[in-house]
Amino acid sequence: MKVNTIEILNLNDKQLVELSRKSVLSLSLVEMKEVQKYFRNIKRNPTDVELETIAQTWSEHCKHKTLTGNIEYTEEKGGKKKVTKYKNLLKETIFNATMKLNKDWCISVFKDNAGVIDFDKTNGVAFKVETHNHPSALEPYGGSATGIGGVIRDILGVGLGAKPLANTDVFCFGLPDTKSSEVPEGMHHPKRIAKGVVSGVRDYGNRMGIPTVNGGVFFDKGYMANPLVYCGTMGIIPKNMSEKEVKPGDLVLVVGGRTGRDGIHGATFSSVELDKESDVSAVQIGNPIVEKKVLDTMLKARDLKLYRAVTDCGAGGLSSAAGELGEKTGLVIQLEKVPLKYKGLAPWEIWISEAQERMVFAVPPKNKNKILNLFKKENVEATFIGKFTNDGKLLLKYGNEVVANMEMSFLHGGVPKPTRKAVWKQKPIKKQSPVKVSAKTLQEDIKKVLADINVCSRDWIIRQYDHEVQGQTVVKPLQGSSITNSGPQDAAVIWPYTVVKGTKKGIVLSNGINPEYGKVDTYKMTASSIEEAMRNAVCVGADPEKISLLDNFCWGNPNKPEILGSLVRASQAAYDLSLGYGVPFISGKDSLYNEYTIDGKTYSIPPAFLVSSMSVIEDVNKTITMDLKNAGNSIYLIGITKNELGASVYSKVKNFKNGIVPDLDVKVSKKIMKTIFSAINEGLLESCHDCSEGGLITSISEMAFAGDKGVNINADAIKTSEKMTIAETLFSESNTRFIVEVSPENVVKFEKMFKGIVVSKIGEVSNDKLLKLESKKSKISVKENIKNLQKAWQKTLQW
Amino acid sequence: MAKNFAMVNKMKKIKVIIIRTAGTNCDYELKSAFELCGATVDRVHINELISSKNKILSYDVLAVPGGFSYGDDIASGKILSNEIKYKLGDNVKKFALSGKPIIGICNGFQILVKMGLLPKPENFEQISTLSYNDSNKFECRWVHLKTEKKNNDRTLCLWTRDLPDVISLPVAHGEGKFVADKKILDDIEKNNQVVFRYCDKNGKDTVYPQDPNGSLNAIAGVCNKKGNVFGLMPHPERYIYALQHPSREGYDGVYGWGKKIFQNAIDYLK
Repeated sequence: MKVNTIEILNLNDKQLVELSRKSVLSLSLVEMKEVQKYFRNIKRNPTDVELETIAQTWSEHCKHKTLTGNIEYTEEKGGKKKVTKYKNLLKETIFNATMKLNKDWCISVFKDNAGVIDFDKTNGVAFKVETHNHPSALEPYGGSATGIGGVIRDILGVGLGAKPLANTDVFCFGLPDTKSSEVPEGMHHPKRIAKGVVSGVRDYGNRMGIPTVNGGVFFDKGYMANPLVYCGTMGIIPKNMSEKEVKPGDLVLVVGGRTGRDGIHGATFSSVELDKESDVSAVQIGNPIVEKKVLDTMLKARDLKLYRAVTDCGAGGLSSAAGELGEKTGLVIQLEKVPLKYKGLAPWEIWISEAQERMVFAVPPKNKNKILNLFKKENVEATFIGKFTNDGKLLLKYGNEVVANMEMSFLHGGVPKPTRKAVWKQKPIKKQSPVKVSAKTLQEDIKKVLADINVCSRDWIIRQYDHEVQGQTVVKPLQGSSITNSGPQDAAVIWPYTVVKGTKKGIVLSNGINPEYGKVDTYKMTASSIEEAMRNAVCVGADPEKISLLDNFCWGNPNKPEILGSLVRASQAAYDLSLGYGVPFISGKDSLYNEYTIDGKTYSIPPAFLVSSMSVIEDVNKTITMDLKNAGNSIYLIGITKNELGASVYSKVKNFKNGIVPDLDVKVSKKIMKTIFSAINEGLLESCHDCSEGGLITSISEMAFAGDKGVNINADAIKTSEKMTIAETLFSESNTRFIVEVSPENVVKFEKMFKGIVVSKIGEVSNDKLLKLESKKSKISVKENIKNLQKAWQKTLQW
Repeated sequence: MAKNFAMVNKMKKIKVIIIRTAGTNCDYELKSAFELCGATVDRVHINELISSKNKILSYDVLAVPGGFSYGDDIASGKILSNEIKYKLGDNVKKFALSGKPIIGICNGFQILVKMGLLPKPENFEQISTLSYNDSNKFECRWVHLKTEKKNNDRTLCLWTRDLPDVISLPVAHGEGKFVADKKILDDIEKNNQVVFRYCDKNGKDTVYPQDPNGSLNAIAGVCNKKGNVFGLMPHPERYIYALQHPSREGYDGVYGWGKKIFQNAIDYLK
């Protein structure tokens, strides 16, 4: 096999940049110069294997250079400038909050493939959310399938391996009704991307036997060329297996799929903006059954304690998997031993290929045969390819030939940290002019908002996913009073009774995302998204003080100061909120450079901050759902409604330009969520649903048709922070609001418990299947059949 | 003496084998279901069964769980059904004809049908199939099922005794449409081999989506003439507890109607 030596010692700056671009190394000039310096020191040129290894290891994807790099941030507010310097944005914001909070129920945070928290005395639960955006843009089906396949392997590769219990997925797509002529050359139509992505997650997730229980979709024209695909997996792991340790002398075992030419340069390619020339061979090819076999067998090997460490082959392939495991020790690999799909791969291709379904293990020599036999019995390919050493070197051989020989310390610590500039300027904020509507318009508007592409039912997607497999999904993504009604459930609850015999405990999963707010202010977007994820969890009965969060940044090109500025602002919000609520982030991920160039003009995505939440609850029997239960029960709105229509669904539907984006008062929010938790815990609430996109009338409508019940609502009873019109009141997206249902016997207790909190008794549940809305003040009366509301909600997304 | 014997008999542990292979998914919840009913359960890989062919006969109940065996490549369940038929063949037929309970759920049903163990194990030839849903996509939802009763409350199938007239269970499949020639279909109907049919909440005929796949005669599950071999597309192992039901309905305050199905097989053997 041919190994090339690459001339670098004598290149000038221009030539270094050209080399990086031509070979898809995605390294900056500063980084290329650092590489040049290293090889000038050891007085030779690098081989292609070495150069590729450095590029993978130093890639944004693997190293998160921007979030951990130096940033000089300038904030301009009211004509005043304030400069803040960060040496490591992630460490100083999100991670710092986690460290300050220092929760004793956090087992493993920000260091392994997933975050791990306590489940019970003996078990922990791990959660990770990944992005697979670039591949899904080029090849939607394969990109999303390998996205879910990859995050499942993160869970298999946390500690000594967790058993996956649930998947989540959140997508951002372009508008499905985009005209074909508006789709840039070389890109797929947004609807095709959406369908392909959903099918990919369906086919991989369903075949893995892991229920997809929670998610979301956000449509916006800004995601036409750069769809976002977030895939998450939650798993359970014995606490005494949550750490790994490699010892010199341990053998390197690669298990699962064979290595091929698919996914070459996946890691580095993710830092390149897309254009019509983008190479589809960077996308991996998935085979879920191979991964399922690995899952089945490796958990057996884990329980027999046959290995000391494991990690998955993700971005960067073997180069990052084996490299990470051997970072502290050093390792030697015989590349010719790696099983291949077909002949003809060059050594560097073998080393960095992102072929799927592969895990790398560190196996003590004494278990060599035992572990091979275990895999062989179930037709899983397992091959020893090398050994961990104690010399701190990465030594790669092909047969007798040395193809790479570098210091681990350079590889993992050598990446230079340039300083990036970031700026944020406050935009002027204007309230919208008062929104006045007639009863007839209001009635139509309620349906228009329910039918909006970002509010409407996702059942077309949800029902293609097996969300019931493993039999542990006790609060489902769609809930209703009977099996034929359904409404959007805020959070899912998994009751892991097949794994932890006799347990009453459950795991709540939820998410929050709203890029619409980010177009105005990423601080408010991040704050609202965090609260939304927490509200969703609290709605089913989670304790707001026991929630753990995951951050996922999808942003444009961070080399542009305004874009980086909006990222810094989001990180600050995450820090403030995490400390304010006392809830730690336990893991995260970023995907930058989400932009596309058409005719020389570059388009960047609207920044998206996805918050995923996981929490453990004590008793699954106490969880509640969002559908209304019984006629005669009272309906309350908890929280105050403010005039906050900025970036709301209603503003979009009505084409309003101005308006205030929802604010957040953490103290009030904390108190309200804690009280709701207590109320659910004491059995005082029959149903609970938060108010988010579409405002409170949307939430009430959803609760009504999900429960197949009518409601009588007195709009005048809704407490507002100022004088507001009925449309503003019903469609405002103010944070920290919940609709709850209380049965007559609990009313007194309920009202006592919520003393000191803004609560409006807005109506009651009826049997007549009508949404009746009255406002004497505005002289408005609306009567609508809940079936019509349900139809409006369901019809939009039925492909 | 007689009483003592009865007690010993009652304490006899029923042994259940769950066959699994690459792509089997629903084995853990199925194991939990049988265990809850008092059985001991082994999940056994097909390779192990092939290497010791008589092992299967030491069990009292045989269960083939849901999932995507071998990825459902070629056709759903086809590869595993061939492996079982041609590599364990006689023993599986023997198992069925001896009257011991056999259940195939979802992919397991597809496997039993494709090897010909259903609807007529005596012939052991494939005479029906489970084809793509009419909607042409995977469907995961809860559905109502009408429990077919031969005459006055007695079902032919030993697995579905004493169930209410209508129960609900979740389905999750892309290929669940039961198809057979008219003659075979008539035979199945005449012999009361239809166990479950998709229906509305009152047990009346229904349409998509409550009939998730467009099966002929709305068939959701069938058994053999003896009533010991049972295959169905819905998942009873996902409704062992009331808590698993979308509106938490069940019986005895705690259990889901799926449990009763497994309990029936265990009680039948006791």
